[in-house]
Amino acid sequence: MDILYLLIPLSLVLVALIGAVFWWAVKSGQFEDLEGPGHRILMDDDSPDNKGG
Amino acid sequence: MDAQPMYNYKVVRQFAVMTVVWGIVGMLVGVIIAAQLVWPELNMEIPWLSYGRLRPLHTNAVIFAFGGCALFATSYYVVQRTCHAPLFSPGLAAFTFWGWQLVILLAAVTLPLGITTSKEYAELEWPIDILITLVWVAYAVVFFGTIIKRTISHIYVANWFFGGFILTVALLHIVNSMEMPASMWKSYSVFSGAQDAMIQWWYGHNAVGFFLTAGFLGMMYYFVPKQAGRPVYSYRLSVVHFWALIFTYMWAGPHHLHFTALPDWTQSLGMIFSLILLAPSWGGMINGIMTLSGAWHKLRTDPILKFLVTSLSFYGMSTFEGPMMSIKTVNALSHYTDWTVGHVHSGALGWVAMISIGSLYYLLPRMVGKTEMYSVRLITLHFWVATIGVVLYIASMWIAGVMQGLMWRAFNPDGTLTYSFAEAVKAMYPYYGIRLLGGLMFLSGMLIMAYNTWKTLAGAKAEDRVPVVPAAAHA
Repeated sequence: MDILYLLIPLSLVLVALIGAVFWWAVKSGQFEDLEGPGHRILMDDDSPDNKGG
Repeated sequence: MDAQPMYNYKVVRQFAVMTVVWGIVGMLVGVIIAAQLVWPELNMEIPWLSYGRLRPLHTNAVIFAFGGCALFATSYYVVQRTCHAPLFSPGLAAFTFWGWQLVILLAAVTLPLGITTSKEYAELEWPIDILITLVWVAYAVVFFGTIIKRTISHIYVANWFFGGFILTVALLHIVNSMEMPASMWKSYSVFSGAQDAMIQWWYGHNAVGFFLTAGFLGMMYYFVPKQAGRPVYSYRLSVVHFWALIFTYMWAGPHHLHFTALPDWTQSLGMIFSLILLAPSWGGMINGIMTLSGAWHKLRTDPILKFLVTSLSFYGMSTFEGPMMSIKTVNALSHYTDWTVGHVHSGALGWVAMISIGSLYYLLPRMVGKTEMYSVRLITLHFWVATIGVVLYIASMWIAGVMQGLMWRAFNPDGTLTYSFAEAVKAMYPYYGIRLLGGLMFLSGMLIMAYNTWKTLAGAKAEDRVPVVPAAAHA
């Protein structure tokens, strides 16, 4: 099963990459507010009568 | 005013309409092959209509044409609206639309001709694989370009799911499609034997996890709150859901290869990771359904919410059933039977199709400046026809699958098999009929949707570009 020598390191590299992105997200304050973003998409009025302004 | 940034709705509308079209085509082919299992003469002795060629056409059409167009449409809409930024590079976005339609057309021609790599869910030959790669890279550029140009610093959770889906599918496609062309329409995989099987199911199961789950969860985390008019039950949980899912998903694939030439420990590893997946999946399912807490009454009157919440129930059901079926002792009964087919359709029809249909009913009228579809009553009718269809489908396949598994393993005291294979096939007959009926009902629902979509869009003025409302206006 030589293929595992490709797939297992590949998974480890991926986990490291995902970890790095997670680290960036935490450090850059993406998860500082875990309430507001849920409400913010509702405040974006995408009904057709809203033409901006 | 020309400096006013504009949302690109044109590409969203194009993909949304094609989702309905390809949904009908893909499900029609599904109904045809379901009928062929009841009446084998229906292939009419024409090779192009034989089951072996139409089955990959069905799976490619529903997963990549119907599901793919739904993902393109919703991700392009969600990323623009939640980032308060127009889509990056309208030219590349248009290329993804026309490129993806070309991929679908090429699939519809080559598969019935018998041109195939024989890799399940990756049957398309090498020239089409290259085109898919080009379209996918353009998709990633458009999507992440829009994220980079966002005017809101927080990246909404739905975009994380869409982004994870886009990047992982790129990796899966490139690794699994590594092949040596022998001629224009024939290639050989660089992997062979059990190695190839392992790569194939690493691809296959992660395609389920990222194409058919993560992408549609992105849809769920935007359209369920929007349609319910309430924020997601726990935003914190949605973030945990995302990271838990992508950290643990990658190694579930070997559960497709229980009791094969794959090393035993690899099979067990696949089973353990599959069982772990139950936790994030149910966290997400509960989070989605509980978004309606305090607004349950809306379910009575709003058929779009009915679609969305029912899809989450099927998501919960199939993400419970999947880990159970990955347990080796259960798999010894279920593998190679119609139980697997039922499981797949509980996910594909119940979860993927229903969340897409609900999201499209939200999206389509907004593409032409309307607040709702032409007929809400027809959405309700669609909902009931589709739901009864799914239930008939999966219930008949459960019975058929368990019966098959039990008949195959039954043996007499002297060690001989109790039933011949043909006897098990004969026992399937009524259940294949019920499955056909369920599939027909689901297809009829799509036809109702097509009529409703036509009446909503025909004659209405398409809104190709809609002004971006600055984020500050909401503060």
